Amino acid sequence: MKTDMVIAGVGGQGILSIAAALGSAALENDLYMKQAETHGMSQRGGDVQSFMRISDKPIYSDLIPKGGADIILSVEPMEALRYLPYLKQGGYVVTNSTPFVNIPDYPEMEKLEKTIKDLPNYVLIDADKIAEETTGSKRAFNFVMLGAASPFIDVPFEYLEAGIRKIFERKGEEVIEINIKALHAGRKFAEENK
Amino acid sequence: MQKSLLLGVEAIAQGAIDGGMSGVYAYPGTPSTEITEYIQHSKQAQQLNIHRDWAANEKTAMESALGMSYAGKRSMVCMKHVGLNVAADCFMNAAITGANGGMLIVVADDPSMHSSQNEQDSRVYGKFAMMPILEPSNQQEAYDMARFGFELSEACEIPVLMRITTRLAHSRAGVTRAAEVVAQNDMKLPEDKVQFVLLPGIARKRYKLLLNNQAKFETASEESPYNSYNEGTDKSMGIIACGLGYNYLMENYPNGECPYPVVKVSQYPIPRTMIQKITSECDKVMVLEEGYPVVEEMLKGYLEKEAVIGRLDGTLSRDGELTPEMVGRALGFDVEEGAEVPSLVSARPPALCVGCSHIDVYTALNEVVAEYGAGRVFADIGCYTLGALPPFNAINSCVDMGASITMAKGAADAGLIPSVAVIGDSTFTHSGMTGLLDAINEKTPITVIISDNESISMTGGQHSSAKGKLESICEGLGVEPEHLHVLTAVPKKRDDLKDLLRKEFEYQGVSVIIPRRVCVQKNVRDQKIKKAAIAKAAAKA
Ligand SMILES: Cc1ncc(C[n+]2csc(CCOP(=O)(O)OP(=O)(O)O)c2C)c(N)n1
Ligand code: SF4
Repeated sequence: MKTDMVIAGVGGQGILSIAAALGSAALENDLYMKQAETHGMSQRGGDVQSFMRISDKPIYSDLIPKGGADIILSVEPMEALRYLPYLKQGGYVVTNSTPFVNIPDYPEMEKLEKTIKDLPNYVLIDADKIAEETTGSKRAFNFVMLGAASPFIDVPFEYLEAGIRKIFERKGEEVIEINIKALHAGRKFAEENK
Repeated sequence: MQKSLLLGVEAIAQGAIDGGMSGVYAYPGTPSTEITEYIQHSKQAQQLNIHRDWAANEKTAMESALGMSYAGKRSMVCMKHVGLNVAADCFMNAAITGANGGMLIVVADDPSMHSSQNEQDSRVYGKFAMMPILEPSNQQEAYDMARFGFELSEACEIPVLMRITTRLAHSRAGVTRAAEVVAQNDMKLPEDKVQFVLLPGIARKRYKLLLNNQAKFETASEESPYNSYNEGTDKSMGIIACGLGYNYLMENYPNGECPYPVVKVSQYPIPRTMIQKITSECDKVMVLEEGYPVVEEMLKGYLEKEAVIGRLDGTLSRDGELTPEMVGRALGFDVEEGAEVPSLVSARPPALCVGCSHIDVYTALNEVVAEYGAGRVFADIGCYTLGALPPFNAINSCVDMGASITMAKGAADAGLIPSVAVIGDSTFTHSGMTGLLDAINEKTPITVIISDNESISMTGGQHSSAKGKLESICEGLGVEPEHLHVLTAVPKKRDDLKDLLRKEFEYQGVSVIIPRRVCVQKNVRDQKIKKAAIAKAAAKA
């Protein structure tokens, strides 16, 4: 059992909550995990990534080697492509289709979509919309994304649910349910569109 | 025991708390900031009454930590690598005074300069001061070594340097905590009452002692649980893997078996007998170390008598952090290159937040500077350094904390008038005040803008020592009241700011203008904390 995943996005989009849910899923089940993240610039709007590694054997490097990631999970479409050098042959790109445009030279959406659709293995999902439709708010879009990546993560799905439960423990049952709903909606979409 | 999911920096913090620390002293700096923040948020630290407030800069922090050690208690001081430059005077001399209570100096280096001005390697400083150094290779070691560091410091009677790098600092893993928390030391003054008095006569004796103790430090390294000799069958090469270098080595052997003999180094001075064994046993030696080729240079020597490869001969890149694939290539593996980044992907650099007060400052400043000609704005380190990027392109320097004021002074002395300094509130109290005093004493014609967002924002909105004190500090230093101005930094007041700038640019002495408005992010965070506190109080009632 081993999954290496690059989680990508833009500062302020909250990719670390995805990593936190996965991390606690791994730890609760006695798996090894390492998760390197970007810290430092407190302004919003720069590119950020986290390297997430889960395995049933000891993990040495905090970094995923180039060409070694099983999955790129991106909450923003252009950011998904920035980490392609890390994707292994046959790996999956799972990305949100909603762009975060805060730079003047953001690529044209059509070209961006085409580049993604030319990849051999991808899931392109409008996580913002699905979150809104299933939970009434866009806020849970991160867990729609985790759900969409879940078919490719070599960790039982129940572990991910438990991970969400754990990280939102203090926020109450309602918040937990919303995010688990989002997780399921993302998974359903990926199962149907992978 | 249940594992806790901790960043490397958090592991150090928890290890120090569990290891009987009585106080942490620090000034924020990536990637070291969260060590202190973790302790500030820790209930356990609160119950144990551990000192955990921010210091004005790294030098004041280190001196306070040394004072706590003098009094017999265990202290820790944390900073980023360039912070050690600021604290270097205390650091070098603390190796001579020695420690009484255990003292751990944690310095976080930033190879590849993810958020720093340079990638200096603090092990060079450790060697310079002749101090024992710890360099954890993973989060568990980071935790264990914080506890161990206090013991080592007390056993060797000297502060111990713990050197980490960005990857370990900001990577999370499961950490098993020790079953028992070490009790804090009682206060106990040094037996030798002049040990800390570095008058030449005493300092010479203490320095001799430091020199004589080197053998003891080496023995400690030989016996350290963190250094090991791992036998290997293929003696065509031996590998010395320091700190994280060990991880990247082993990443290339997924079954956990490296064919070459390996010395894993996580404690310095380097363990001599292990090094002697590997160099005599193997045809050549590869050194894997994160940062400068410190060990490599030592082994290779000027005359290059030993067959040593690593960063100096190009086997590994001379600069930047190590990566698993870089090490894989050095080991002769056929390494995956990965796909290319499609050309349509644009850079997404960090930018000042929408509504940031620094924007108001730069917008006004740019217009007025244009009237005098560009090239006269000396800035400093903080969020406002992003004024160097488009659309502002507003600043001409950013060197080290506090250098804005003094560089403006030097340039004005050279005839560049007006010269302008832009400095943040925290940077001003960190290292700007003394430079301002120089300018005041000489009545140098400079205009200093203290862009006051009432926060240490770049590193995440920590409390600024300057809060509420800037005007009185400036007045106290001798800024003339008619050339000291405070105004709110908002778009509506940009014209007022421009008028002030024009007026003060003409003044042939020191002017200070303080545009003030709280950082947008800090404000949001503070409001959240306030709300949570109110909700908590309400729930109680
Ligand atoms: C010697 C040293 N210590 C710490 C840092 C890290 N650092 C960079 S900017 C900064 C904060 C500056 O705060 P302030 O001047 O108030 O500016 P702001 O970010 O709030 O705009 C810090 C702590 C550094 N670069 N150098
Ligand atoms: S974090 Fe604060 S100071 Fe920094 S850019 Fe954002 S608003 Fe400005």
